[in-house]
Amino acid sequence: MAGTQRVYKARIRSTQSLKKMFRAQELIAASRIGKARDRVAMATPYSRAITRAVSAVATHSDVSHPFLVQREDTQRVAVLLIASDRGMAGAYSASVIRETERLVQRLESEGKQVALYVSGRRAIAYYTFRQRELAGQWAGFSDAPTPEVADEIADALLAAFQAEPQDGGVGEVHLVFTRFVNMVTQRPTVVRMLPLEVVEGVAPAGENDALPLYEFEPSPEEVLDALLPRYVRTRIYANLLQAAASELAARQRAMHTATDNAEDLIRTYTRLANQARQGEITQEISEIVSGADALASA
Amino acid sequence: MAQLEVDLVAADGKIWSGAARQVSAPAADGDIGILAGHTPILSVLRPGPVRVTPADGGAALQWYVDGGFLSVDSDQVTVVVDAVTEGSAAPTGH
Repeated sequence: MAGTQRVYKARIRSTQSLKKMFRAQELIAASRIGKARDRVAMATPYSRAITRAVSAVATHSDVSHPFLVQREDTQRVAVLLIASDRGMAGAYSASVIRETERLVQRLESEGKQVALYVSGRRAIAYYTFRQRELAGQWAGFSDAPTPEVADEIADALLAAFQAEPQDGGVGEVHLVFTRFVNMVTQRPTVVRMLPLEVVEGVAPAGENDALPLYEFEPSPEEVLDALLPRYVRTRIYANLLQAAASELAARQRAMHTATDNAEDLIRTYTRLANQARQGEITQEISEIVSGADALASA
Repeated sequence: MAQLEVDLVAADGKIWSGAARQVSAPAADGDIGILAGHTPILSVLRPGPVRVTPADGGAALQWYVDGGFLSVDSDQVTVVVDAVTEGSAAPTGH
């Protein structure tokens, strides 16, 4: 009988230490998420300026650029998956991986070969465990990406997009990441990165608006040449930041739920332990009473 | 007097913004100076110093940029740079 009490006590103790850990993770995520959202805000002026400039070139000149046209010479496509480095974030990594798998299946059913680029240790582990080949992998920054790692990823993808077909050149670049909608909702999202579709911020010219006649220095082609890689870079950086904010929000929520569940478990086990203790006392009393009865009647 | 609205932004944040009298930057074909009323232009920047003379008459501000681009549209100047250091000299170790 003392056995069951001891078992419950041990369970309560281990659940309590788990609860402390969940609580700590929740607080860490909560404190970092503000910083992650600040970073999203800090990166906005730059990406807005770039987007506006790209739209200006696109609307005021009719130059073409390799980044803007569909490649016909290759069936290979690149998919970049942005997931997290650590778990304890609920379904965050799982849902973005599932979205990727769906995209890969769709692309393969269209007769394309998919080259996977993966960021985040969780997703790398998922694919290496299944012995799927990865064209590129990055890890170690998922909750605080810097412009440098975004550059590194962008360089790899741009190089693949510009490579010859026999060197593994790709005709399209897709991006799967988690968009931070708000603290409660984060949505796995697929975007086609290359060839580019510049749609943001292009306001249709009104009847009386004279379009500003831009001068391009040194030439529209060269301006576009300098702008478009930067545009791709900022898009990747912005999406990494979105993913980081989503990861932290998902982790905070998952850890909050885990803490609540641990509290529930502790409550249940405490009740059970009390019951066991009471049962033990009752049994001891009835043993003593029946022993005394036996002596008296003897 | 007409003024320029200047924004100097890098990938990880806004560096400076405000009203200015004059902006000079290392454009692709040679240094470019911009005053109010400049024609709309989009230019690639070489590595070099960007100088901004604030409208309130303060001392000219100067940064060394690693490249980027500049756009001017109805007195709205946006300088977008990759990497930036305060001062006019190229950072050592480059």
